[in-house]
Amino acid sequence: MSITLEHVNYIYSPGTAYEKQALKDVSFYIPQGQFVGIIGHTGSGKSTLIQHLNGLVKATSGSVLYEGKNIYDAGYDMRALRTQVGLVFQYPEYQLFEADVLSDVCFGPKNQGLSPEECEKNAREALELVGFPEKYYQHSPFELSGGQKRRVAIAGVLAMKPKVLILDEPTAGLDPKGRDEILDQVEKLHRETGMTVVLVSHSMEDIARYVERIIVMNRGEKMLDGTPGEVFRHYKELEQVGLAAPQVTYVMHDLKERGFDLSPDATTIEEAADEVMRCMEKRQTRS
Amino acid sequence: MIRDITIGQYYPAESRIHRLDPRVKIVCTLLFIVSLFIQNSLLGYAIATVYMGTVIRLSKVPFKYIVKGLKPVVILLLFTVVMNLFLTKSGGTLVHFWIFTITEGGLRTSVLMAVRLIYLVVGSSVMTFTTSPNGLTDGMEKLLHPLNRLGVPVHEVAMMMSIALRFIPILLEETDKIMKAQQARGADFESGNIIQRAKSMVPILVPLFVSAFRRANDLAMAMEARCYHGGEGRTKMKPLKYHGRDRAAYLLTVFYVVVVFAAGRFIPFRLWIF
Amino acid sequence: MPAEMIHAEKLVYEYDKRDEEGNIIGAERAIDGVDIDIPQGSFVAVLGHNGSGKSTLAKHMNAILTPTGGAVWVDGKDTRDAALLWDIRQTAGMVFQNPDNQIIGTVVEEDVGFGPENLGVPTEEIWQRVEESLKAVGMLERRKDSPNKLSGGQKQRVAIAGVLAMEPKCIVLDEPTAMLDPNGRREVIRAVEKLREKKHVTVILITHYMEEVIDADQVFVMDGGHIVMHGTPREIFSRVDELKAYRMDVPQVTMLAEALRKRGLALEPGILRREELVEALCRLR
Repeated sequence: MSITLEHVNYIYSPGTAYEKQALKDVSFYIPQGQFVGIIGHTGSGKSTLIQHLNGLVKATSGSVLYEGKNIYDAGYDMRALRTQVGLVFQYPEYQLFEADVLSDVCFGPKNQGLSPEECEKNAREALELVGFPEKYYQHSPFELSGGQKRRVAIAGVLAMKPKVLILDEPTAGLDPKGRDEILDQVEKLHRETGMTVVLVSHSMEDIARYVERIIVMNRGEKMLDGTPGEVFRHYKELEQVGLAAPQVTYVMHDLKERGFDLSPDATTIEEAADEVMRCMEKRQTRS
Repeated sequence: MIRDITIGQYYPAESRIHRLDPRVKIVCTLLFIVSLFIQNSLLGYAIATVYMGTVIRLSKVPFKYIVKGLKPVVILLLFTVVMNLFLTKSGGTLVHFWIFTITEGGLRTSVLMAVRLIYLVVGSSVMTFTTSPNGLTDGMEKLLHPLNRLGVPVHEVAMMMSIALRFIPILLEETDKIMKAQQARGADFESGNIIQRAKSMVPILVPLFVSAFRRANDLAMAMEARCYHGGEGRTKMKPLKYHGRDRAAYLLTVFYVVVVFAAGRFIPFRLWIF
Repeated sequence: MPAEMIHAEKLVYEYDKRDEEGNIIGAERAIDGVDIDIPQGSFVAVLGHNGSGKSTLAKHMNAILTPTGGAVWVDGKDTRDAALLWDIRQTAGMVFQNPDNQIIGTVVEEDVGFGPENLGVPTEEIWQRVEESLKAVGMLERRKDSPNKLSGGQKQRVAIAGVLAMEPKCIVLDEPTAMLDPNGRREVIRAVEKLREKKHVTVILITHYMEEVIDADQVFVMDGGHIVMHGTPREIFSRVDELKAYRMDVPQVTMLAEALRKRGLALEPGILRREELVEALCRLR
């Protein structure tokens, strides 16, 4: 479902020595079904930003609209919002607490007030969605591998059947294969359910590979907002604020500088390879 | 937020109080606390206020910061005041309504207890604000050293305290994070009766314990990797040594206690507010 | 006695596998017959997915774990010899993954002094070592700060300084960057590079970030407790498909070169750096 932020400001511990403006006049609109990436270095405000989307943090000023309704209105059901906008925190396995996987995933639906049967049904569906093998449903979540724990934690949020899924660094600490598996699963989820997905990541390569739109945060402000191609075209500005473009973008710009007649907007390996080949073949046919 | 708790934390600054030997600060804080309880005259508290005020001033810790440290004890404070106010029955009755009676003695005791409690907390938080946790544990270790002969593992206890102090802020932050994560899964910590609320703590406490154990495990390994093997044969980067200023501080504090005691004892000037 | 900094022969590490009730139901081999030689002063990287045994191997290099089969020598000292334990741990310092869980001190400089204190170094010398080590990692100006105020990358640099202050001959870094953001990662890797230039210590880097091992002298890849690949970074990264089979990845530049090679361009395998690829493509034109 659509989310709109209008002139959102957020100030930490106002009136104390620690006062800090974490968000400055942030506005954007995320339509239903979009796959959005948010990038920014540590302390850029991106974690604070995503906690505004499900009402865990309340803006100092400005408004957040979910399906066109202002979530700060009196009587707005915040708990219902949190089940609609599922937020998966960084290292989400640290929130696991039940004795077995299935009960843990049931925690969300149980809080929604569903019957035990419905809870279990939703939990099973969620575990299936993240590709968690059924034979481990009764195992303790603490005995699983890092990657599996993370799947369980993500399922814990999906079991509430949210319409929006926000993932904060879902691949932190995983090995390359584990990282690809989780992201592929999220991609599949997005494709099959049409869910809106917001992915926060430090990895430009990952962001470029999966999302259709990137929002860049810097010092609490929205710095850039566009398709990966558009955003990474500003790679020099990104570097100035401690970010970078995917490696291939640099290669493409280098090649263009060296006189290759190509468009440097490629952000994934496939795009870059296609573009380089097209350029090489064009030369050969000409000569 | 939980992270706002300042009590027991170190406030780094360059001040005369910061520079004092931790042992001096520990002993003098104890003496100060004793001085609060051996007398109950207004003059005595006036002197205690001057002493405490001077120390705070010298410490360069902002007064606002110290007051903030009182926040977590407000409930305890109110409880003490209320209990004393209604349960102490001595002297003339001041107010009487329904089943409650406030007597002159009750009012006195509750004011006295409130002042003692506030001064105690402020006094000891000045100590923790001006002494690095390591200094504090070093001081404790040195002061309690004689207990070693009685078989008390003083060094180990001091090390444990120092580690606990280092991890308190980390675990508080972690608690905050876990709470938010469970709230994002629809958990509700605010409503319900006591039993329901206690039950709603399980999803916070279990992950917190798991994480604390994991951290303890990691830390033990890191300490071993850095050749930690107990207090034996260990040298100190910052060995404790008394200087002139430390002896002066001892003298001044002892003098202060004597004066306060004398004020309460020999000037029978029970200046109550009433 | 072998002259290498680290020398392992037929190293095996087994631990008990338990069922739900805690009864031992068998043994799990985390390391299964590893032979490794790490020469003095070299920079060696060990790659492997989570659970491949790479961290277990690292923990054998300073006697946090001792072999259940075979043996490990650190600077010629057998780690099974309990009398040499502290000597070995001083020779091979170790930096761990989680920045928070390895800092003991509540002030940066006190943490760096922790190792020397344990070794019984005289007070004045501790101060010297602390200053030097903090300088080496570029953290001297934060010496009076609380570690809780530092970023992840800075905390790891303090942890490295803490190891340096023990004057080890060898530093083992067990996934020091796994929990950091890209900037923190760069900071730590740069600190390690500087260290190698200035102090000539042997560096063993355990990681799963491929970009970090490009400058290594040798790369070992682990899988299932075995060493499955061994060579220079170029040799290793030219075997893209094999790496993928071991749940590993290669730098994006290498992947792009590989993609172009597969589409018929005559590129060398194992291209590691951006400049290399650009040069190679320019030559092809």
